[in-house]
This record gives sequence, C-alpha cells and structure tokens, in this order.
Amino acid sequence: MSLLDRETPGVVMTPDNIRTKKLPVVADLGIALGALVVAAAVVLGFGIGNWVLVIFLGAVFYLVGLNFAAGAVEGKRAARNRMWRAAIYAACVLAIIPLVSVVWTLVTKGAARLDGDFFGSSMNNIGARDPNGGAYHAILGTLEQVGLAALMAVPLGVLGAIYLVEYGKGRFALTVRFFVDVMTGIPSIVAGLFVLSFWVLIVSPWFNDGTPQFSGFAASLALTVLMLPTIVRSTEEMLRLVPGPLREGAYALGVPQWKTILRIVLPTALPGIVTGIMLSIARAAGETAPVLLVAGATAAINGDPFAGPQSSLAVFVYQQAGDASRYAPDRAWTAALTLVALVLILTIAAKLLARRNRLSK
Amino acid sequence: MGDNPSRSASTEAGGSGVTARHARPAGDGVSPIPPDDRPDNRPPLGGGGALPTKSRFSMETGFRGLSTAAGVMVLVIIAAIAVFLISKAAPALTANDANFLTTKEWFPNDTPPVFGIAALAFGTVLSSVIALLIAVPIAMGIALFLSHYAPKRLATPLGFIIDLLAAVPSVVFGLWGRDVFSEPVKDFSVWLNKYFSWIPLFGGEGPFGRSILLGSLVLAIMVLPIVTSLSREVFQQTPGMNEEAALALGATKWEMIRTAVLPYGKPGVIASVMLGLGRALGETIALALTLGTTFVISFNLIQSGGNSIAANIANTFGEANETGRGALIASGLVLFAITLVVNMAARAIIYRRREFRDSAA
Repeated sequence: MSLLDRETPGVVMTPDNIRTKKLPVVADLGIALGALVVAAAVVLGFGIGNWVLVIFLGAVFYLVGLNFAAGAVEGKRAARNRMWRAAIYAACVLAIIPLVSVVWTLVTKGAARLDGDFFGSSMNNIGARDPNGGAYHAILGTLEQVGLAALMAVPLGVLGAIYLVEYGKGRFALTVRFFVDVMTGIPSIVAGLFVLSFWVLIVSPWFNDGTPQFSGFAASLALTVLMLPTIVRSTEEMLRLVPGPLREGAYALGVPQWKTILRIVLPTALPGIVTGIMLSIARAAGETAPVLLVAGATAAINGDPFAGPQSSLAVFVYQQAGDASRYAPDRAWTAALTLVALVLILTIAAKLLARRNRLSK
Repeated sequence: MGDNPSRSASTEAGGSGVTARHARPAGDGVSPIPPDDRPDNRPPLGGGGALPTKSRFSMETGFRGLSTAAGVMVLVIIAAIAVFLISKAAPALTANDANFLTTKEWFPNDTPPVFGIAALAFGTVLSSVIALLIAVPIAMGIALFLSHYAPKRLATPLGFIIDLLAAVPSVVFGLWGRDVFSEPVKDFSVWLNKYFSWIPLFGGEGPFGRSILLGSLVLAIMVLPIVTSLSREVFQQTPGMNEEAALALGATKWEMIRTAVLPYGKPGVIASVMLGLGRALGETIALALTLGTTFVISFNLIQSGGNSIAANIANTFGEANETGRGALIASGLVLFAITLVVNMAARAIIYRRREFRDSAA
C-alpha cells in the first residue's frame, strides 16, 4: 500500500502531519529515570544485588522502554535506530570505566615510591623487611636491551621493507610479505623460548666455557624478533606512499636505483619510518615474557649486556608483584608507572611526529 | 649532486647500471649497432656507447643483495623458530612417560617425567574465546561510535587515547587485574554463584576470585583497543557514496550502518578479531598474574583456577630442570602452532580483499 492509498480523504497536508513525529527529549529522559526507579525497586526490594545491578537492569529497562515508546511515536524502524544508538553509546561508557580505573590506580598507587632512592638504587641485598630498594638496575637493563634490539632490528627491518617495495617481485616477495604479517602475531613468549633454545642453550656455552649463560643480549635478540615485523610493515607502508614521479625523476637524471632509494625515497618517507620505529620500540620496552626467560633477572646492577644476568623494568614489575614482602606492591606499582610513562612518552612522541608527516595525509 | 658539475661530461653519466628498468644504456637507440656486437669495441659516433657498461659488482648489486637478504631473514627466523623449538622439545617429549596431547598433569621435573598439554591448551583457548566474546561486541560499538556517531572533535582525541591504550604493557594490566579488579570480580562471582549456580558455568563451592572469569575479563580489556582501532579504520574507509546512497533511499542511521558499513567492513572486522585472538592466545604475564594455576579441564568460570600455556611457562620456568625446560618448550611449540594457524587464517582473509591489503593491517 503506497502512501497515497493510505491517505484518508479528510486529512489536509499541513507541516504538522507530513513531518516525521519525534519522541521529545523529555520523554527520553523520563523513560531513563523510570527505568532506574523500577530497577532499583526490583533489585533492592527483592534484595538480589547492589547498585551495580540496579544500573545494569536500569539500562536494560531503558532500552526496552525506549523501544516501545519510540515504536509507538516514531515507528518501528526509527525505534530500532534509537535503540542501537543507545547501545553503542553504552558500549563506550562500559569500556571507559575499567580503562579509567587502570590509569587512576597507576597514578595513585604508583606515587607511593616515586622518590630519588627508587631511581638511584637496585634491589641488591634488599630483604623482605626492607622498605627501600629501587629499580635502577631494571631501568638500566631495559634501556640497554631495547637499545641493542633497536640497533639490530632497525637496519634489518628497513632493508627488508626496501626489498619488499623496491626490489621484490613475484611469488617470493609475496611469500616474504605474508610471513612478515604472520610474524607480527608470534606470541612474545614463543620468541623468548626461541632465543632460549637457540642462543642461551646452544650458542652462549661457546663463549662461556660450556655453561649456558643468561644475558641482556639474549633478551635483545628476542626483542629483535618481536620488533622486526612491525618495523618492516610500517616502513613498507611509508615507502609505498612516496610518489612514483619522485623515483622516476631521479632515474631520468641517471641516478642509480640504490642511490635513488637512499637519497630520495628514504628521506621523503623518513618521518613516517621514524614513527613506526618508535612505536615498535615502545612495544618492546613493555615486553615481560621474553626477558623473563632469557635475561636471567638479577637484583644487582649489571651494566654489561653481554655477560651475566640482567633485569628489566617489566620483569621487575612482575617479580615485585609476586614478592611476599609487604613493601613489594608499592615498588611494583611505582615501577609500572615508570614503565607506562616511558612507553607513553615514546608513543605520544611518535604520534605527534606522524601528524607532521606530509605523506600520510 | 651539485658536487659534480661536470657530470654530463663524466663517464659516469647515465651509467647503464641504473636499474633493471633502465637495462639499456641511455641513448642506446641512437647507436646503429649494439655495443656488444661491435668488433673493435670502439665507441660509436652516437655517443651512447661511450657510457660504461654494467660492471659485475656495483653498489647496485650490493644494495639489492643486502635488502634481499633482509627480506629472506624473515623467512629464516620463522623457520629457525620452528627448528630450534622442535630440537629442544624432542628429548623431553621422548622422555615423557605419558601421552603429551591427552595428559592433564604437568610434572616434567619428576622422575619419570609426566606431563601433557591438554589442560593448558584447553585453558588457553577457553580464556581467549571468552575474552573475545566479551570484547568484540563492545569494540564494535566503540569503533562505530568513533567512525559514525561521535562528532569529529570528540572522535579524534578518543581514537588517540584508544591507540595509546594499545601500547600499555600487559604486565600493568596483569598487576591491575590482580590488585584492583579481582575484588569486584570476586563479588560478582559470588553473586553469580548464588543465583545461577544451576548453570554449570557458575557452579562450585569456591573459593572464587582468581578464576578464568578474571583472566578473561583482563584479556578482554587488553584486546579491546586493538580490535577497536583496526575495525575503526576499516569502518572509516566505507565509501561515502554507499553511505549517502543508503541515506538517500530513506534508511535510518542504523539501517545505513547495517546495509553499507558493516558488509563493507566485514572482512576487515573478521581479520581484526582474529588478530585479537592471536594476541589473547599468546598473552603471558597478565594471565600468569590473574589465574589460579590448576591443571584440570573444567568449564567452571568463577572458581579459582584455570591456566594457560603461556602463563604456565612464565610461572614454572624458574624451577624447571632440563626435562622441565624441554617440556615448556614443547608447550611453547604447541602455542606457536595454534597462533600460526590463527594468524595465517586472518592474513588470508585480509589478502582476499585487496582493498585492505595496504591499509587495514
């Protein structure tokens, strides 16, 4: 039945009856309030829960009530539209609560040990009853391991991306590309086990009179495995954004391809590449599992990443979280705050750099 | 290149080593005879042949080889991970007194060693699947909110914050889950047990708290930012024409999303969910801190207990002897295989849709 058939003869088309009817905002708010009251009455009346259940049931009642009210006034389709919008907004609110809680706890609990001693001393000779002790050794370890990993992963990753964009052709390049993507998903603990079975158990005895040795370098090898695919992917994306005419202009001037890549393509894409590298460094700095397996986690300060066990900030957090001392939780939270600050500073700097990147706009 | 003013006169100019794309020397077409066929090897009159021929080893071949090697390195690393894990796992597997795939116990340090992956693999898959069941609908809601509902001034900073949260290290979420989040989850578990104990999922006598439910919720909070930011990107790429066409045909906003945005984004969303699954399967520290460490196969979600492959590696690595280490590596191999399959499936889905190849992942 078309609109024309439905039109009753007595009705005159006025702006009032040809415009879609809308549920007034007051009705919307009224339904919300009513739903909350009903939910509170049900929950508290029967004594089956506390205010969390009230809010949850209230939300459900609101959605149902809204559906009916809007359905009566606006029609079925508009009612469904409203309901989904409310559900989508609710999803946002629901997700924000735990995330705010994480940040809040981190700041309030982390402030407890935010003193010079924490950043200036190690956990060496700190017993269960000692309230002091710090994370200097862990911060040092994190910086050295991540730095070494970056030294290995960045050239390898950028060169790999250059291969994929500039040189790679055919099935083989596609295969490499596919496995770079697959490698992005390798769990960090598997990377740790790989370095454990390859470097710590097989290679390191050669340098250490036949006994396996944990070291910061082993940790940076594991971090390299984790950083490599992300660097390749982000660099590749940036290189592909470099306009083709730039390359062709260089070729036309007789510049060889390798020189074109090094002097034209890379500098053009540099801000984007640096962004990707910084993001992957931030990810690596927060990795716990591989470092836990291969670095050996000592309580003492060890500045030499190639010999002897080392700690890292993330491992320090994990160890203090499992420590029975009543001072350990404070140390764990302060170390967590330090770690998050380090990671977030790197990430935010990378994102700000990305904003200034002309290519990705 | 201003350092070489006499460039056009120099013999370097237009060297035939430019690229594969410029295989013939510049000006070659002028010369009536190809340079190689000339009997006396004298430069022809046209001048083109005066250009140097490609030398056997140049910077070009060197650079090309270097970047190709970097590309091959990715394949080498993936193969090496499999090879070394198998080589270290094999001795422990042969020493195992029980069936590795069906045994639930984990006593690899005993003599004779008895251990199996069944309970661990079950716990890994169960916690990840529950985490995704919770996280994906909420992540879809936030992604749609950011791409289609929120005003741009709100969407940009909110998207930025979501990206930042993806960078927060997992050990921080684990610490938060154990110290802060376990209390409300415990209350919730007690409530569930009181009213829904007739559902096997929520049965049991307690104690409650450090359960699969807590681990899954923490995992859900962790994968939420990843799934959200990937799906948001896909939703944003929906062609404006499709959306406008749907709206012009009288669709409400939700109908537009259902008919234009969701079908277009489906492969990207599936891929992002599977990437989130890969992330959840491999998550180590957050689960090591929140699960109650038992070796049973049980669908009970709220009783303290549960375990996962990665969490078990982190928890028991410290006291493992040589067989124990091999057993842990064997379990890591299983985890590697599971995540490899999940990731390859996700990538295959992405690759089927060419539009997403360069942007969505």
